[in-house]
Amino acid sequence: MQTATTATKKRRNGVGEVLHRIGKSPMAVAGLVILAVIFFLAVFADVIAPVHYAKQNLMHAFEPPSAQFWLGTDEFGRDILSRIIYGARISLMVGFISVGIAMCVGGVLGAVAGYYGGRTDNLIMRAMDILLSIPSILLAIAIAASLGPGLFNLMIAVGIAAIPQYARIVRGSVLSIRGQEFVEAARAVGSSDARIIFKHILPNCMAPIIVQGTLGVATAILVAAGLSFIGLGTQPPIPEWGAMLSGGRSYIRDYPYMTLFPGIAIMLTILALNFVGDGLRDALDPKLKR
Amino acid sequence: MNGRPLVDVRHLKKYFKTPKGMLHAVDDVSFSIDRGETLGLVGESGCGKSTLGRAMIRLLDASGGEVWFDGEDIMKYSDAAMKAMRKRVQIVFQDPYSCLNPRLSVAELIAEPLIVNKIFRTRPEMNARIKELMDTVGLAERLFGVYPHELDGGRRQRIGIARSLALKPEFIVLDEPVSALDVCIQAQILNLLNNLKKEFGYTYVFISHNLSVVKHVSDRIAVMYLGKMVELAGSRTIFQDPLHPYTQALLSAIPLPKVDAVRDRIILEGDVPSPIEPPEGCRFAGRCRHRQERCRTQTPELREIDPGHAVACHFARNLVQGEVKK
Repeated sequence: MQTATTATKKRRNGVGEVLHRIGKSPMAVAGLVILAVIFFLAVFADVIAPVHYAKQNLMHAFEPPSAQFWLGTDEFGRDILSRIIYGARISLMVGFISVGIAMCVGGVLGAVAGYYGGRTDNLIMRAMDILLSIPSILLAIAIAASLGPGLFNLMIAVGIAAIPQYARIVRGSVLSIRGQEFVEAARAVGSSDARIIFKHILPNCMAPIIVQGTLGVATAILVAAGLSFIGLGTQPPIPEWGAMLSGGRSYIRDYPYMTLFPGIAIMLTILALNFVGDGLRDALDPKLKR
Repeated sequence: MNGRPLVDVRHLKKYFKTPKGMLHAVDDVSFSIDRGETLGLVGESGCGKSTLGRAMIRLLDASGGEVWFDGEDIMKYSDAAMKAMRKRVQIVFQDPYSCLNPRLSVAELIAEPLIVNKIFRTRPEMNARIKELMDTVGLAERLFGVYPHELDGGRRQRIGIARSLALKPEFIVLDEPVSALDVCIQAQILNLLNNLKKEFGYTYVFISHNLSVVKHVSDRIAVMYLGKMVELAGSRTIFQDPLHPYTQALLSAIPLPKVDAVRDRIILEGDVPSPIEPPEGCRFAGRCRHRQERCRTQTPELREIDPGHAVACHFARNLVQGEVKK
C-alpha cells in the first residue's frame, strides 16, 4: 500500500501547512484554545460537572455564586455551572449537526446548480432566493413551530434555514472550477457527472465551504439559542444555553447571574468560532500565501 | 490503407451563441484521416482548431455534421455508446498545469481512466498497469505517489499522455501538446509521441500553431483560417508548394535559422475579422493580396487541385506569387 501511505503523508502536509499558518494568527489560536476547552467540557461533562444538570436542591434555590456553587443556582436550586457544562454538549451538537445538514443539502444543491447550469441552475437558485428573502431566524421559527419543539426538530429547523447560504457558496465555487481543463480531461476519459462533481470539483472548492461552515456553526448556535429562548427549542430540563437564558429572564432583576453566565458561555463559544473561522479563511486563501 | 479511413469528418460545424450573434468557430469542415496517419492541424489562435479537435471526439457537442469513426457516425451515438467509444478516442491537452486535478497524485491521475471504465478488478493489477504506463511515457516509478504541483511541465505532460494511453485508444487528438513547454522539453515530448506511434500504431490529429513542430510530426497538414479549412496536403507539399494565399503568408512567417537568408516575406494587412456571423464569400478575402470581386460573394469550396492536395481558393492554381493569371 505504498500509495496510501504516501497519499496520507501528503494530506497531512496540507493540513499541517494550514495549521502552521493559523498558528501565526494569535486570535485564531485563542479561538482554537477556547473551542478545545469547550469541546473537552462537553465530552467529559459527566466527569467534570459537579452535579447532574437536572439535580434539584430547593434548599439552595437562587443562591449567588459561592464556593459550593461556583456560578450560583437557579430557581430549582440546580447548579448553573453543571448546567452550562452539560449545555455545551447540546449547543455544540446543535451547531455542528445543523451546519452539517445545511452543508450536505445546500452543497449538493449548489453543486448541481453550478455544474449543470441553465434551467436546473435557475430553478434551484430561485428557490434558494425565496428562502433567502425570509430572515433566517424567522424561517427557523416557522419551521420549528410547524415541526414542534424538541432538540431534533431544532437542528432540522436551524439547518434548513442555513441551506441557501451553502448552496450559493458551493455554486459559485463550482462555477469557477467547472471551466477548468482537468474537468474536461475527466470527461474525456469517460468519467460520470457524479464522479466529476464529487471527485474533481468539490475537493477543489473546499476552502470557502470550510470557512463558511465554521462561521456557520456560530450562527447556528445563536439561532438555536434564540429558538430555545422563545420556547421552540429544547425542552426542560435539558440545559440548552438559550433555554437557560430564557428561564433566567423572569429573575433578571434580582438574580442576574442566572442569565449572565449562560450568556457568557454563548458569547465565548461564538467568539471562538468566529476567530477560528477568520483564521481559517486567511490560512486557506491562496492569495495570502507567503 | 485498406481504403476506408479511420476517421471521416463530414461538414462538421460548431457554432457558439454569443450576445452579438452566432460565432462560427468551426464552419463546415470535412476531411478524413487514415489509420496510422498523423494529421497536423495548423492555424492562428482563435481559428477553431482546438474546437474542431474537441468537437471531433464529442467533448463539445457539434452544431452539425458527421464524424465517422471506423465506419460509424459517432455523432449519432447515445451517451452510453459514447462512453464506450471514449476508450478508442482520446485527447492530450495543451496546458499540463490546468489539465491535471491538483488534488490527485500521479498514480490516481493515471488510474482514473482505468477506474472509470472498470478495466481492472483488483488494485495490484491496476497498479501494475499504472507502472507500466509510467514506464511507457518515461516517468520514474518513484513519482508514483507524487502530486502534480511537485513536477515540471514536461513530466506533467507525460502524465497527461499516460492518461490518454491508459485505455489503449486508436485515435488521439493532441491539442497543442507541446506549446506550453520549454523548447528542449518540447523535443522530448515530440520524440515520445513519435515513438509511441511507431510502437502502438496510433492515429493522431496534431493541433498546433507552430509550423516547424507540425512539419516534424505530420504526414499531412491541414491549414485553418477563421473556422474554415483552407488547404490540406501532404506535409512536404504544403511547405514546397503552398497554394492558398493564407498558407503562403503563414509559411513566409517561419523564422529561418540563417542570418543572411533573403526571401519574400508576405506581410498580411489588417486583422483577423470577427468569426461572429461572418459574411458570405471567402473568409480571407479582406486580407488577401489577390482578391477579386468573386471572392467577396462566393464562398470557395475545398477542392482537390492535385491528387491529395486540396485548396479552398477560387484561383488556386492560377496564383503564382503575386500575380493572377487570367
